[in-house]
Amino acid sequence: MQDLVKETISKERMVKLFSSFSGKIFSDDSPAISAIRGRAIESFSRIGFPTTKLEEWKNTDLTDSLNRIYDYYMIPQSEPDFQKIFRCNIPHLDTAILGLLNGWYVSKDVPLMELGNGIIMGSLSEARKKYPELVETHYGKVADDSKSGMTALNTAFSKDGVFIYVPDDVKSPKPVQMINVIQSDQNLFLQSRNLILLGKNSRLSLVHCDDSYNHQSSFSNIVTEIHLGENASLDHYKLQNLNNSSTLISSVYFQLDTAANIESHYLSLNGGLLRNNIDLVFNGPQGNANIYGLYLMDRKQHIDNHIFIDHRYPDCTSSELFKGIMDENASGVFSGHVLVRRNAQKTNAYQSNKNILLTDTARINSKPFLEIYADDVKCSHGSTTGQLDPESMFYLRQRGIGEESARMLLMFAFADQVVRKIAIPQLQSRIEDMVKKRLQGELQICDQCVLHCSSPEHPVDFRIDMSKL
Amino acid sequence: MLLSINNLHASINGKEILKGIQLNVNNGEVHAIMGPNGTGKSTLASVIAGRDVFDVTAGDIFYKGKNLQKLTVEERAREGIFLGFQYPVEIPGVSMTNFMRTAVNELRKYKGLNPFSGSEFIRMMEEKKKLVEITSNLTNRSVNEGFSGGEKKKNEIFQMAMLDPTLAILDETDSGLDIDALRIVANGVNKLRTKENAFLVITHYQRLLDYIVPDFVHVLFEGRIVKSGGKELAIELEEKGYDWIKNEQKA
Repeated sequence: MQDLVKETISKERMVKLFSSFSGKIFSDDSPAISAIRGRAIESFSRIGFPTTKLEEWKNTDLTDSLNRIYDYYMIPQSEPDFQKIFRCNIPHLDTAILGLLNGWYVSKDVPLMELGNGIIMGSLSEARKKYPELVETHYGKVADDSKSGMTALNTAFSKDGVFIYVPDDVKSPKPVQMINVIQSDQNLFLQSRNLILLGKNSRLSLVHCDDSYNHQSSFSNIVTEIHLGENASLDHYKLQNLNNSSTLISSVYFQLDTAANIESHYLSLNGGLLRNNIDLVFNGPQGNANIYGLYLMDRKQHIDNHIFIDHRYPDCTSSELFKGIMDENASGVFSGHVLVRRNAQKTNAYQSNKNILLTDTARINSKPFLEIYADDVKCSHGSTTGQLDPESMFYLRQRGIGEESARMLLMFAFADQVVRKIAIPQLQSRIEDMVKKRLQGELQICDQCVLHCSSPEHPVDFRIDMSKL
Repeated sequence: MLLSINNLHASINGKEILKGIQLNVNNGEVHAIMGPNGTGKSTLASVIAGRDVFDVTAGDIFYKGKNLQKLTVEERAREGIFLGFQYPVEIPGVSMTNFMRTAVNELRKYKGLNPFSGSEFIRMMEEKKKLVEITSNLTNRSVNEGFSGGEKKKNEIFQMAMLDPTLAILDETDSGLDIDALRIVANGVNKLRTKENAFLVITHYQRLLDYIVPDFVHVLFEGRIVKSGGKELAIELEEKGYDWIKNEQKA
């Protein structure tokens, strides 16, 4: 197998690797997928890996991540035990679990589940074979390869990931949980690809976790395409809890048909370098998108949330609320670009980014940006960066609450504004619990799922009980 | 003696506000501090509570025989000093219940007592709410967020009742209150008066002192206590106005 082993990843090496594969690794591809790969590798050869010379990457430097030595495999390296790796122990949270280990779909029973209500979910690679028409209607079309080198690279190489299809008028009875785990004693480079299709009037809750259970370096370049049909509704959660040597470029592309509705929650608790590209297009009028983000970074961690919302049709609403607490030498970027095109009248668009910097060495670069060509719109943006409010600190301490506890209460209150938006109550409680642990510096890379941070036998105390601090 | 302030000088950003305060307070006493705006009344309250934006440049404050400058803000609070804020801070996201439960249990811990259980705490909260006629459910409300002016002041007295301080400093608790709210707040204070605790009531007007009758009245002017007397001093001030003090000082 001509995989890339013990190498750094450069543009030349990747292009060469791709040509050495032709006809072998991708022999299962349909002509349509094959053509998409061909187009993508051309885009990648032209664009290459992002550098800080690009405006979009000015404050996020991948040099160090790319210079590490990785193994990159084109087939799965192990047959893992599904039950052992993918466990989620949130009390009373009943989800359908789809597991990915090191970028490869792990079958529980069959590679692709077909439920009685018509929902199909499982391995994307399997779906490509079994349901080519369904996959090819949207695959490589929601995500735009021509602008992003990372997305083009993923499209050229990716072989597997998660596929979910919810047919017209079907409401998924329980949340679906995608758990993307990295567990290896090697440094891994991986590129998985997810495709999620929601039919007209359908509804889905999707919890998407990125976790690592090891302390090795990793570089994940993950692309997710999500298409929402007319009046479809998606409640989307992205939980990120990776080790400090991990690099994650997560690019999620949303396409919303008429009157589709999305609530997306980005909860970044840990990671070495995290870049979230969120690209959302209104493909019809009356759509609604609420995107929330919470990031809690310390040490030398870096977080970059890049959001682009394209209002192409009238009567759509988008709002962004991103809040971050940056400690020690952490650095971060918030870039929110809302484009309101000429005919997108009656657009409502709001952007808000709020940050607390706990040290002089923590940094945040906040760029909310509205680009408006229509005249009958309501748009606003705001950005604040500061310290914990000294007035509030004094008030709490005057009531006998110790300085550390007071800081904790205020930080938790700041973060909770985003956590409260979580619509699944069990998940909300657990995330509250995790945020508290994270703020107390107790959240370690768990030896199980990201949501398995405290033992399920223990009742979760929703209040901050300072006596336990 | 509960509180003893000697020759206290304090400044903010290099500007001296307090210029030699002398004040002694015993257990069981109510002292009113009156004076025109900008003479240092709120500064005095803040300095006793330990607010670090003020620098104590000379003098000292002894409380229960302890030098207060050696104690942090929270240590002073746990020793029984309570400050009722003139402008209570809104803290979105921190629920009143969580806030008070944390404060009460930290205080209990300091005293070597076991923390209250959930039900004990709720019972106590319901009882103290009645004292200041708070009828709304505080459980789901953030600290002072969306409270009206009157509610905020009632909330201060409620917190005082919960924490049962030895020395309560009420900084212009009457400001912004209508007559009904003023009566409720004053009744709350009166019910909490004991032989053991003491109050320092800071006010611009004599109105509040009709309800909370002080043992002593002090007039603060340009950073010093320039006049002290009984409750009749407040009435005299109300009649003659602060110009009386100003003219007397100039003379």
